[in-house]
Amino acid sequence: MAFRTSALMLPHQVGSGVNWRGQALKLSSKATWAVRSSSSCPSGTVTVGYAQAQERPSSVIRKIREDLENRERSAVNVMEDYLVRLRDREPQVQSFLHISEKALEEAKLLDEKIAQKATIGPLAGVPIAVKDNLCTKDMPSTGGSKILEGYRPPYDATAVRKLREGGAIIVGKTNMDEFGMGSTTEGSAYKVTANPWDVSRVPGGSSGGSAAAVAARQCAGALGSDTGGSIRQPASFCGVVGLKPTYGRVSRSGLMAYASSLDVVGCFGSSVEDVAILLQSIAGHDNSDSTSSTKDVPSFVETLKPVQNFSSKPLAGVKFGLIKETLEDGVDSSVVFAIRSAAQHLESLGAEVIEVELPKFSLGLPAYYVLAASEASSNLSRYDGARYGNRADAQELIPMYGNSRAQGLGAEVKRRILMGTYALSAGYYDAFYKRAQQVRRIIQTDLEVVLSKVDVLLSPVAPTVAYKIGEKTDDPLSMYAGDLMTVNVNLAGLPALVLPCGLAEGGPCGLPVGLQMVGKSFDEGELLRLGHIFEQTAPHWCQNVPPLVQ
Amino acid sequence: MASARLVRATMVALPSAVCVYRCSSGSNSASALRPAFHRRFVAVSACASAEGSSPAGGFTNNSPQPVSSVRISRKQQRAQSARVVSQQSSTRVTEENAGGSEYEAVIGIETHVQLATATKAFCSCPSQYGSEPNANVCPICMGLPGCLPVLNEKCVEFGVRLGLALHSDIALKSKFDRKQYFYPDLPKGYQISQFDIPIASNGFLEVDLPVECGGGHKRFGITRVHMEEDAGKLIHAGADQLSGSTHSQVDLNRAGVPLLEIVSEPDMRTGLEAAEYAAELQRTVRYLGVGNGNMQEGSMRCDVNISVRPKGRAQFGTKVEIKNMNSFSAMQRAIEYEFERQVQLIDEGEGDKIVQETRLWEEAAQRTTTMRKKEGLADYRYFPEPDLPEVILNEEYIESVRATLPELPNEKRRRYETLGLSMQDILVLTNDIDVAAYFDAVLEKGGDVKMAANWIMGDITAYLKNEKQSITELKLTPPTLAELIGLIKDGTISGKIAKEILPELLESGASAKSIVEKKGLLQISDVATIEKMIDEVLEKNSSQLEAYRGGKTKLQGFFVGQVMKASGGKVNPALMNKLLIEKLNG
Ligand SMILES: [Zn+2]
Repeated sequence: MAFRTSALMLPHQVGSGVNWRGQALKLSSKATWAVRSSSSCPSGTVTVGYAQAQERPSSVIRKIREDLENRERSAVNVMEDYLVRLRDREPQVQSFLHISEKALEEAKLLDEKIAQKATIGPLAGVPIAVKDNLCTKDMPSTGGSKILEGYRPPYDATAVRKLREGGAIIVGKTNMDEFGMGSTTEGSAYKVTANPWDVSRVPGGSSGGSAAAVAARQCAGALGSDTGGSIRQPASFCGVVGLKPTYGRVSRSGLMAYASSLDVVGCFGSSVEDVAILLQSIAGHDNSDSTSSTKDVPSFVETLKPVQNFSSKPLAGVKFGLIKETLEDGVDSSVVFAIRSAAQHLESLGAEVIEVELPKFSLGLPAYYVLAASEASSNLSRYDGARYGNRADAQELIPMYGNSRAQGLGAEVKRRILMGTYALSAGYYDAFYKRAQQVRRIIQTDLEVVLSKVDVLLSPVAPTVAYKIGEKTDDPLSMYAGDLMTVNVNLAGLPALVLPCGLAEGGPCGLPVGLQMVGKSFDEGELLRLGHIFEQTAPHWCQNVPPLVQ
Repeated sequence: MASARLVRATMVALPSAVCVYRCSSGSNSASALRPAFHRRFVAVSACASAEGSSPAGGFTNNSPQPVSSVRISRKQQRAQSARVVSQQSSTRVTEENAGGSEYEAVIGIETHVQLATATKAFCSCPSQYGSEPNANVCPICMGLPGCLPVLNEKCVEFGVRLGLALHSDIALKSKFDRKQYFYPDLPKGYQISQFDIPIASNGFLEVDLPVECGGGHKRFGITRVHMEEDAGKLIHAGADQLSGSTHSQVDLNRAGVPLLEIVSEPDMRTGLEAAEYAAELQRTVRYLGVGNGNMQEGSMRCDVNISVRPKGRAQFGTKVEIKNMNSFSAMQRAIEYEFERQVQLIDEGEGDKIVQETRLWEEAAQRTTTMRKKEGLADYRYFPEPDLPEVILNEEYIESVRATLPELPNEKRRRYETLGLSMQDILVLTNDIDVAAYFDAVLEKGGDVKMAANWIMGDITAYLKNEKQSITELKLTPPTLAELIGLIKDGTISGKIAKEILPELLESGASAKSIVEKKGLLQISDVATIEKMIDEVLEKNSSQLEAYRGGKTKLQGFFVGQVMKASGGKVNPALMNKLLIEKLNG
């Protein structure tokens, strides 16, 4: 995609040294914005994003809580608002595989509790969507696969249970690439989810349903999972905030395993604060996941100050490292421009931004695909039709296995199972799996070293913005290549936050570009603090309300 | 012991086995085969070791058959028995019997021991045997989506415990791996096991071979001990075996039950050695309390790897695996059968028909049959289990486990040797840790070593067998037995009296002294009292006394009996004898 300045929704003078407070307000009425809007949006949607742009992203979760506490709205009011919007947009977006029938009922119960002045949880009445690979005991959980059609788990995933304990109401299960294997959500066995910014485009994947649902304001927040970028890339494509926590920060119990050593449960929100509140709720050690960390969970929300309390240089003393290798050839210039502009903005807030080199960065991708496919080939063995899910009819055991899996699993899943089986086979193990593990250690060390020199790393999330539905379905390698910027973070187990940082040309009103911030292990707190400052000070081109919301 | 040996000899030489063997060996003429087969079979089988905790090692579940039913002439048998005593390996048996063809079996054993943990290896389900099908299951051991294993730390403790008992190196850092294959009894499609870094490795097990088989002390190497989980069970419906069944049902109660797999070095050369190795391993497991080692329930399962090679050659022959033996004697017979089968093939120039395969021991037919041929090595695609952290141990932990190790069977045997017991007695006493503990407790209370051994192996064992009790249920406590032995030793009561009051001691659990006193059974050792008794007897039997003094000294026995009778059996026999002779001659 050729870079055209006119197409990038970027007012030119976000310049350094300008006081961001004054600038921000002025920008909203700048002529450039209107000009851009009228040129790229169809008439009638000219004001897309404009009215919203008057306000900074703010926590919808906090708002719900305040409203409930002040009795401005009831939980039923809140839920009805969301359910109306959910149903209204669902025909276009198709982000849900299942919508809860009990959400309103649960809201009613909550209102009764509130009426009785009972204590309510931090997420009371908050409508949350959950990726379909997280087990929910009252809703089907298919992982986007035919082989688990109609499967109802007997238990809630730990992250889901914790949300419910915090008072959240699960509104439904979101669409995804089958078992998390894909970057477009087209790999779902059930439906294709559209990007709320342009319904002819993919929302990204594999947590595309969750990202699209949050972007379309069908829910206040959502859970996703990230094995190689499955939270971050759809967050980037859909213009929402997405957090991939440190490996072990959130229990994987109840998450249908794709690649156990890489899988992480994380969350989506329309603001950093919402994501912080969600992480607060789901993080922490879990006895049912031996790989979950026993590290203390700090208060993530506390460090997020209101914008009025920011100093003029709120990022003074913070050092960012822009990963050079993620801004080179093969990355859309509009993406590069958005990231560089974001870096400039960070500098304007007092931060130091340097370019860092990670010469072995590109080694991560093949290593990732070997390891993820290997683990997947093992993790998916349990879907054999013997105990649950779809079973094909057969007279003998082996054909029963074969047919059940042939009919129940999709093409991409089969491809990865075959790759993984091959990589783990005798005679190939050393050349593939073992070598990939060695590369993984190299990547880990490299990132560790560079993160000892800077506080946070910056990069794009993907080389492009959201592409057209069907564009890459026949080209898996090109789809895999799109994961270049995210997989290393999983290999190293580090936390990463994705924030909307601008719009590139495309769609009725532009397409979001996401900024990836990669932090030190278990330092989600710092990522959220920095992300919040960025978000609350970013110029309007960073706003994240898609056309579909209008 | 004698009766036990008889049972064994009878057991192994069932005629059906011979017949089946002949049939299965195809073109061989029966006459050519039978003598050699008989000789070898009986020679090494006569000392089959027995499964079970009965001190005598008998086959309690098999009724002994009369010797006459065995189709081997007594002469043949005697000749063989004599040879067996002087022989310790089938190598030599073969050498002598097979006309100079010197083959030896190379045998290694893989043993799976179910651990006596309260819960399964990776979930909280009860780990007990014998529940209703699928009663002890949960999402984790059923392999439901999203479930993760959480290691039961008791498994590690038991692994270290057995590793230390087998004199192994304990890995300070080990890990779990996934062994992958599809089968309906394996819910996850992989078994969590330990592949390249087992919890323990490089150990050994010491065995004292049965005296009646020639005895001898052997040390067998242990390659490794590793932790893993058991699979479920398939129940084939519509037929009594897989072939012909219409469908199969899966019971996952056993899925996820913790196991230790103990892999031996290929150090055994005979079925006897293999059976004794397994029996010693079972004893060790029971002594340690890490498992019940019950072979009938499948709590201990031995797979045998056997190959045959000309004696003296270093290179191994083709390895065949034998499964499905549920007693030590079955193990021994399966090995003897398989050894014979392979030797036969080699002798006939058909050694290439020995292929790497898994064979099943068919108990009813007393033969091994092909279960599955291995096309090259099965590829289990092992890789490190990403759901479980590494198992990191420190020396302190290992030492804390070591500190809790009991005296092990071999240590006990060595100690009993120093007490002057015979190896025969030692093997009986140490076979069952409860019996050994009882014996030790009696010694601790001052009981005489040999007397204690005899009482325990004799009357008490007979009583237990009769009452179907275990020694731990016995009302006669070790201190009481020690007391009883003390009373005999110090002459308070006679051995005869002791035997008389034993039933009451066994039933009531009362103290020996109280019964003796209550019944007035104290031995009379007072000289004056005894002399008075003798005088009365002599007076009453004056004619016999005259005859005695006239030279009929044989009548002494008569007087002894009379005095004994007069005293109600309570008189101290030695003292009475001495006094009686004085009076008779005086
Ligand atoms: Zn269980």
